Amino acid sequence: MDERGLSVQLRQAGPIPLAVDFSCAQGELLALIGPSGSGKTTTLRAIAGVYRVRDGRVSCGGAVWLDSKHGLDLPPHRRRVGFVFQNYALFPHMTALRNVVAALGHRPASERGPRARELLATVHLQGYEERWPAELSGGQQQRVAVARALAREPAVLLLDEPFSAVDRRTRRKLHAELAELRQSVSIPIVLVTHDIEEAAGLADRMCVIDRGETLQTGRPAELLAAPASSRVAAALDLPDADD
Amino acid sequence: MDWTALALSLRLGAATVLILLPLGIFLGRALAFHQFRGKGFAEALLALPLVLPPTVLGYYLLLAFGGNSPLGQAWQALVGQSLVFSFEGLLFASVIVNIPFAIQPMQRGFEAIPTEVREAAACSGLPPWRVLWMIDLPLAWPGIVTGLVLAFAHTLGEFGVVLMVGGSIPGETRTIAVAIYDRVQAFDNRAAGIMSALLLVLSFAALGISYVLSRRIGRRHG
Repeated sequence: MDERGLSVQLRQAGPIPLAVDFSCAQGELLALIGPSGSGKTTTLRAIAGVYRVRDGRVSCGGAVWLDSKHGLDLPPHRRRVGFVFQNYALFPHMTALRNVVAALGHRPASERGPRARELLATVHLQGYEERWPAELSGGQQQRVAVARALAREPAVLLLDEPFSAVDRRTRRKLHAELAELRQSVSIPIVLVTHDIEEAAGLADRMCVIDRGETLQTGRPAELLAAPASSRVAAALDLPDADD
Repeated sequence: MDWTALALSLRLGAATVLILLPLGIFLGRALAFHQFRGKGFAEALLALPLVLPPTVLGYYLLLAFGGNSPLGQAWQALVGQSLVFSFEGLLFASVIVNIPFAIQPMQRGFEAIPTEVREAAACSGLPPWRVLWMIDLPLAWPGIVTGLVLAFAHTLGEFGVVLMVGGSIPGETRTIAVAIYDRVQAFDNRAAGIMSALLLVLSFAALGISYVLSRRIGRRHG
């Protein structure tokens, strides 16, 4: 596998059972799909290091972030992740610009402002720099969250159901913007969703997860045409759930 | 009007708040963000001064600070004077009495910060001390200010514990609350009335400031 991509193995019996195995190459978009409560968000949080698993290995961009066997477990601020949270989790006391500047701590102070403006322009938010998060629509907040996630120059982009809180029209627009974004960044992108059409439309590969266990990974068309088991078919809510 | 007692009360309030600020931030944040065995017990212990009669608390502090206690003896050896019936003893007592008044609002302030916002900060590359500085303190500050204001106002009005631990030594331990009691005992109702009114205005102003500040920050962030 691509050494600079993302590789994830997570194991624990409880409190949230996990048996997760998948990888995501540079420039690839992998959709982690499964029903509500299947462990999708927990998996993303474990990759970012904000949730600690008992046993596992996570490597990305040529660096090992978690290796339980060797007692390695980097804190989140030392893992180069760009994380877009489901409700965006913008810093409510900072303007859009300051939200992005906050994630540019690795750059010299003089470069942070111009770079943050550049990133906000990338996500089509020119003119919104001085707005407070509470003054932005759901779609605009999502764009600030994406700009902030990219500010860190992450080795992986983690998107936790980023389109679930916006209306259909905005969602379509944001889908197009994500496709556009993929042209400019060539890092692994993991998209968590429970929407099978969204996953099939956006992802290069899908990984099906149910009750904390990754069941099958493959290209959307292949996976939808031939689910490996009735459990996969059930997790995807396919009409024909037979083996 | 006993200006010396007023000055002493203000000095005691300021010193109490100055000690409780870092202590409250540390303990309030720890209680808000960490789960640990015995947390309920720790919270109950810190809240005890709220429900204990001041004389009971004062009695135990008198024992703890007295010449026969290890703390009292250590203080005597170190500073060369007794901890009870001194300003320093009063300050120690004041800090302990005011712990719940300061910590509880601070803890609520930290608890009100959404977990995901703090996680997003860590994922944005901010190390823990920068999360404290850039996220926790700016978002929890209404709770922090409320805690300090309550502790300050409560210090001005504290009576039972002050009398038990400090007595009523002018310029050393006689606070304005004790001075009011002394004036009433001496049938000097005019002086007692002026000092009571002053305490009423100060307490009302302190609480008013904390409520106005909390509301203003809430409006700004929607």
